[in-house]
Amino acid sequence: MDTLDLARWQFAITTVYHFFFVPVTLSLVAITAGLQTAWYRTGKDKYLRLTKFYGKLFLINIAMGVVTGLVQEFQFGMNWSAYSRFVGDVFGAPLALEGLLAFFFESTFIGLWIFGWDRLPKRIHLACIWMVVLGTQLSAYFILAANSWMQNPVGFRINAERGRAELTDIGAVLTNKVVLVTYPHTIFAAFVVGGSFVAGVAIWHLVRRPGVDVAAFRTALRLGAVIVLVAGAGVALSGDQQGKVMTEVQPMKMAAAEALYETEKPAALSLFTIGSLDGSREIYSVKIPYLLSFLGTGHFDGEVRGINSLQQAYEELYGPGSYNPNIPLTYWTFRLMIGVGMASVGIAAWLLWATRRGRAPDRRLVWLALPLPLLPLAANAFGWIFTETGRQPWLVFGLLPTSAGVSPSTSMTEVLISMIGFLVLYGVLAVVEVKLMLRTIRGGLAGTSPEPDTPDDPGEAAKPLSFTY
Amino acid sequence: MELTTVWFAIIAFFWIGYFVLEGFDFGVGILLRVLGRDEPERRAVITTIGPVWDGNEVWLIVAGAMTFAAFPEWYATLFSGFYLPLFAVLVSLILRGVALEYRGKRDDLPWRDRMDTLIAIGSLLPALLWGIVFANLVRGLPIDASHEFTGTLGTLLNPFALFGGVAFTMLFVAHGAIFLALKTTGELRARANRTASATGLIAAVLVVGFLACAHGLRGDTESVAVAGAAAVALVAALVANKLGREGWAFAGTALAVGLGVASLFVAMFPAVMPSTLDPAWSLTVTNAASSAYTLKVLTVIAAIFTPLVMLYQGWTYWVFRQRVRVETVTVP
Repeated sequence: MDTLDLARWQFAITTVYHFFFVPVTLSLVAITAGLQTAWYRTGKDKYLRLTKFYGKLFLINIAMGVVTGLVQEFQFGMNWSAYSRFVGDVFGAPLALEGLLAFFFESTFIGLWIFGWDRLPKRIHLACIWMVVLGTQLSAYFILAANSWMQNPVGFRINAERGRAELTDIGAVLTNKVVLVTYPHTIFAAFVVGGSFVAGVAIWHLVRRPGVDVAAFRTALRLGAVIVLVAGAGVALSGDQQGKVMTEVQPMKMAAAEALYETEKPAALSLFTIGSLDGSREIYSVKIPYLLSFLGTGHFDGEVRGINSLQQAYEELYGPGSYNPNIPLTYWTFRLMIGVGMASVGIAAWLLWATRRGRAPDRRLVWLALPLPLLPLAANAFGWIFTETGRQPWLVFGLLPTSAGVSPSTSMTEVLISMIGFLVLYGVLAVVEVKLMLRTIRGGLAGTSPEPDTPDDPGEAAKPLSFTY
Repeated sequence: MELTTVWFAIIAFFWIGYFVLEGFDFGVGILLRVLGRDEPERRAVITTIGPVWDGNEVWLIVAGAMTFAAFPEWYATLFSGFYLPLFAVLVSLILRGVALEYRGKRDDLPWRDRMDTLIAIGSLLPALLWGIVFANLVRGLPIDASHEFTGTLGTLLNPFALFGGVAFTMLFVAHGAIFLALKTTGELRARANRTASATGLIAAVLVVGFLACAHGLRGDTESVAVAGAAAVALVAALVANKLGREGWAFAGTALAVGLGVASLFVAMFPAVMPSTLDPAWSLTVTNAASSAYTLKVLTVIAAIFTPLVMLYQGWTYWVFRQRVRVETVTVP
């Protein structure tokens, strides 16, 4: 372990942790806004109660998303100052856009939404949560544009004198073909998480408390399940597009995803492989012929380049060294991302079928309440681990190796202190947040009465789900 | 004017905005357990900043992101150089943010009590640490020819920096007390008013002393004039507070915070991180800046969106302009 390793672990851990809250927040705010709109349009009590219930769960999540996001911005400068010096001219612009356009929007309108229930006209209050939705979407786009630039740098030139990359075309950075496919993929994946969460909570209530708020939770269950199915299809389609773009801009990542060592034409898709520990030898595998060619190139007999030939090409281009990412890691996270994600879509479809035409859900279905939201959440994390480790050994693909980005003046002790600090803090916060979520979920819709609570009855109805502090 | 100068002013503007806004919610957080004597009062105290603190904190995020984009060298040296203080700021802001959000999500007193302690600590530490950071920026840091910070934590914790930390903290406490007096009613308001007078006096002495030292170290006529205006604003705020004119008093402390921070930036200019090893190694608005194209792009974005942000954030303050009453705050 040296400073570089620690800084990498720190980035990996804090980013994956941060990303547990991001997809839940992104999708739950939109679902909450949809529910509130349904209430505004129909006036039905159940929509208001669902809005408040899921809105509260959204707020618990975004609190964690926001504070762990702070760490991300500081971390670039603290642990990766050489990277910041090299890319700031380009990479900083989407970050500044994210702050100025998205974060101000989110934070301001969330405050108005939380505290504005009885202060703002209904219409304006509804508009506030849609503003938050817009803010979260913009935020996702700009941060993905920044990340996509690291995957596929465009719109820049190298200034040798200053030893850095300089922006030449902001439009190119914001319309990078990688961000154009990554944004929909990430958003759809987030909605699989959010839909699963809404459906998972609803099925738990329907089974554990039959008779309490059945109508409202039936609506939530079916809404959540439909969102999962639609978003699941979106994930698959956008993922396919992303695979093609990646095969073009980072062929090594896709070769590593398949553990394809030799160039094949046509190439078969590996479903499952057990290899030697270093990943270089195959012991047992299941393959579908032609499929990889089709997925990567759009033609059934297209050529897919293997790791060995790419390694050779990169050595000629960038000099001697290894240009392989961690192959077992990329291979398995790629499969887990797809497999685990598809499993959640399957569960959602089953729940939808099991509760068709007013059928009461079977008691045994409660066992699906927990894995349903957790599986897509894990799939999201696997997806990020895959795409970020698949870019290695590059920090900015083809421009800056990861080892060159770390802060030269930062000592190992400093990184170690912050690493231990974050681990302890994040561990404690995880326990607090999960307990609070479970508590709120168990509380159900009770207390989310539609009428403003009367001042002479502040004890019971007003407090449990109030939106003030 | 050079775009680099424009961007120096924009970054300074965002830091000033951050300290003026988060300054009072830090102060309210620090005073939470002192002024709020029971649960309804504490709830009222927190409700005064409830709708706005999150938006206030974004000024910091944007100041950071803007620095990254417009002055990458400044961002890199600042954040890696102040490693441990900034780590402590992060931990504090995380605890404070979570505590503010989670406080009301459980209806039991021990839980709220714990959250209140976290809010107080999470408000006090960043106030102190930002003072330490800014005092060090003005004082200068051991920065080598390749713009790397060569000191240690001990370098950063010098007496002048600690003085700056205490001065910042007391100024925010007074700023927060006046905000509370402006936003509450009855007994709580009277108590906040008295606290504002007492802490304001201490803050005035500390701030004037600190600014005198700072501009003695690195000041020119302009920076001293701005610092002088800050002192006048602070004294006027104290007078207005004594007269019960809380709106004017708050404008006064806001102006004092803003002008005080502005004077530090003016004193540094054109350096952004002066080097104590060799003035030639200092980071300046020119050698730390992004390319002309990037600055041009950023200028267009900032020119369009900064006024917009100020407009809708201003609207938030207007929507929640009413005073918070202790007796009604329990009913949402």
